[in-house]
Amino acid sequence: MSVDLFVSHYNYWVVIFLMMVGFYILISRGNLIKKIVGLNVFQTSVFMLYISMGKITGGTPPILLDDPHGEGEAVGHVLYSNPLPHVLILTAIVVGIATTSVGLALAVRIKEAYGTLEEDEINRVEAQTEAAE
Amino acid sequence: MREEIVVRVGAKVLTPFIIMFALYVHFHGDYSPGGGFQAGVILAAAFALLALVYGLEAVQRVLPPWFAQMCAGLGVLIYAGVGVVTVLLGHNYLGYGALAHDPEHGQHYGIMAVELGVLVTVFGVMVTVFYLFAGRGTMKP
Amino acid sequence: MLGAAGLALLRIRNLFAVVMLAGIYSLLSAGLFTVMDAVDVAFTEAAVGAGISTVLFLAALALAGHHENKPGHTPLLPMLVVVITGAALVYGTMDMPGFGDPDNPVHHHVADHYLEESPHEIGIPNVVTAVLASYRGYDTMGETTVVFAAAVGVMLLLAGGVRSRGRAGRQAGEEGDG
Repeated sequence: MSVDLFVSHYNYWVVIFLMMVGFYILISRGNLIKKIVGLNVFQTSVFMLYISMGKITGGTPPILLDDPHGEGEAVGHVLYSNPLPHVLILTAIVVGIATTSVGLALAVRIKEAYGTLEEDEINRVEAQTEAAE
Repeated sequence: MREEIVVRVGAKVLTPFIIMFALYVHFHGDYSPGGGFQAGVILAAAFALLALVYGLEAVQRVLPPWFAQMCAGLGVLIYAGVGVVTVLLGHNYLGYGALAHDPEHGQHYGIMAVELGVLVTVFGVMVTVFYLFAGRGTMKP
Repeated sequence: MLGAAGLALLRIRNLFAVVMLAGIYSLLSAGLFTVMDAVDVAFTEAAVGAGISTVLFLAALALAGHHENKPGHTPLLPMLVVVITGAALVYGTMDMPGFGDPDNPVHHHVADHYLEESPHEIGIPNVVTAVLASYRGYDTMGETTVVFAAAVGVMLLLAGGVRSRGRAGRQAGEEGDG
């Protein structure tokens, strides 16, 4: 494994590490709110993947420097990072919080119905009610 | 927390600035980072701050839940309405060039209008969701 | 630092601390976005992740309690799954283009067009806004609708009356609900 490979790919590896942390929280913890937090970590790591793809070394944020009517002179000389991933992720973040709130609402309803947020306890309650019927 | 004078006064002082900042972020979104999404979230955060400090009822007197819910729907309507207007003016759906004689100005107006729709929706949705979560506990019979 | 925050999230079982750490994690990632030139995204992440989402989580915790049980089963199986998935993903990155290289294929599909033509076609300096609202207007309209739909979902779930039933009360209520 050469140093070159490490330097040019470490962003992916950081993302994968964070993604796996989120994934591990998601599948190994029983608490539903903890699972939602894990999902958020996972989600943020995907955001980072997109943003790191859009980065160009030595680039500046994609806000054009010159007067927009200056015949696009600025574009020729200044290196801008790729704006497309930014747009995608910008909307994804807001949609992410909206879906997270739906998840939290579901968790609250489950807590009210079962009195617990732990997966195994929910299963136990289910089994009890089935046995009682 | 309701007795903490520093927190109460601090929140009161900060709120107008937060609202101003949200509007700045929206209307200056063409030239600097920002836009409807961020402005909506910041605006909602201002009301969330007030609700945390002064209690939910005080804020709901200023901003009733039905208004927030209406905002959430209204924003989508604004966005889609801009599209319909451009169609009626003989351009493509969401083709902002129709909105002014100079297509560039049309783009400007179009983007502003659409971002306004996004702002209103995001603000309404965030405030609605916050009210629902925060009001759930106090509504208990 | 992000890794440390993530690991701490994993270990701590008091959910209040978890939510606070999640806010810090969001703020750190917003800093990272700024470093990677995505100022708009960093702005959104800071406002959403560290602001609204923390408040929402806290409100949900106030309703749902803040203690997490110890995981009942051994962590070995999930760990195995995670390690295998991670290894597969790392193997997959070997063919990915290097970080920050201007010749990456991502940068030469439509991004060039956006950067070069948007001053003439749209006339506003912030390319992210231009792309968001104009070139991808349909896209953004869909996202706005999704956000609205999410609010409707939360309203359906939470706006009804509160029927707080314990575990015993639930069984009693079962016959009544039919």
